[in-house]
Amino acid sequence: MIAVVDYGVGNLFSLRCSLEAIGEKAVITRDKEVITGSDHVILPGVGAFGDALAKLKETGMFDLMREIAEEGKPMLGICVGMQLLFEKDLEFGEHEGLSLLPGTVDAIEPRLTRKLDIPQMGWNALKYTKASPIFEGIEEGTHMYFVHSYAARDCESVTTAACEYEIDLTAAVQKDNIFGTQFHPEKSGPAGLKLLKNFCTL
Amino acid sequence: MITKRIIPCLDVRDGRVVKGVNFEGLRDVNDPVALAEYYSDAGADELVFYDITASHEGRKLFTDILTRTASKIFIPLTVGGGINTVEDFDRVLKCGADKVSVNSGAIRNPGLIPAAAEKYGSQCVVLSVDAKRVNGSFHVFQNGGRIDTGLDALEWIRSGVEHGAGEVVLNSIDTDGVKQGFDLEMLKAVNEIVRVPVIASGGAGSMADFAELFHTIPDISAGLAASIFHFGEVSIKDLKAYLNKEGVLVRL
Repeated sequence: MIAVVDYGVGNLFSLRCSLEAIGEKAVITRDKEVITGSDHVILPGVGAFGDALAKLKETGMFDLMREIAEEGKPMLGICVGMQLLFEKDLEFGEHEGLSLLPGTVDAIEPRLTRKLDIPQMGWNALKYTKASPIFEGIEEGTHMYFVHSYAARDCESVTTAACEYEIDLTAAVQKDNIFGTQFHPEKSGPAGLKLLKNFCTL
Repeated sequence: MITKRIIPCLDVRDGRVVKGVNFEGLRDVNDPVALAEYYSDAGADELVFYDITASHEGRKLFTDILTRTASKIFIPLTVGGGINTVEDFDRVLKCGADKVSVNSGAIRNPGLIPAAAEKYGSQCVVLSVDAKRVNGSFHVFQNGGRIDTGLDALEWIRSGVEHGAGEVVLNSIDTDGVKQGFDLEMLKAVNEIVRVPVIASGGAGSMADFAELFHTIPDISAGLAASIFHFGEVSIKDLKAYLNKEGVLVRL
């Protein structure tokens, strides 16, 4: 069973539908026992990092996520859920994240020299930087759907894929049992579903 | 690098797509779920469902369709039409929409965009604007282009983005339905004043019109069209292959 952590951030309808479409049993929950008893944990998220972090703490999910990570259970952070995995975030002030991965989440805009759209919204190609089991059967160059104004940096040791937006932005990360995608696999068509399936069968 | 998006728009009334012709392999062209699936398989990068229902029963049918579509198709889904309150956002987001587009509702209630952005995030709020040239400037029109609000379109868009809209759909009434190409002048003016993605709408009549759009305004994020796709004049698959050949980056 896959536990999708419901800490009051964003719309989990699509994510649940996508997991059902690949034949996985998904439960949207903030129940400690259910999450502890699950085989895989997905940490979703949209919006601002600070809000998401505050809600993660309010619901008691912050400490639980650290425990789950420690146990070695496969865990996947999506979009802001991935950003929460890092040590530090500079969105509207400085926040300390779950610190499961080394790196900082910072605004994209000041890093660009060209006047590109902020947020990056749309389909961008993956450039693999390191092998990761969630990419099994997904060719390099496959497009995934991104929506974000912030991106992780100083995290080369855990980066598994980048995408080019004038500069290379962190697109996917992994450290042992901890996985993250900046893009939305649940909105990235068949390739996204394949990635979710890969994660769920770890 | 990020690809240019091609977005078909489906007008839905009482649970059925309003216009269209039959495609090979598609039995019911007026079934929104079947058509959405057809477009998604053809390579559509996103879908827009536009609800033109007036009745309460029609609204219910619409949300059922959203749910069924979102259970089958895993690309971004934007919903517009009849969005006047934050509760309307809630209603469609719960049923599977990823983004919600506001038009007249934002004109009637200037607090709608900031309230929705605060609650759901800017990435979820799309400002859709129908604009037309009046005495040398661009005015915002309402009610399907029938009423001149007197608002300056550039000011209106700048303010909408400042208040939390994360994307802009610009529909030029001057070029809409004419099929002679997008309104490049108006799009350029809008694209210059905002940093969020701008989607071009109104005027596409051929594949070449899309190439012209992306070549003339390289920063434009996406092209949206309805009838040329529904009537089979342009297939999304052919369009993307053509754009790729023309040097426009697309997802194939």
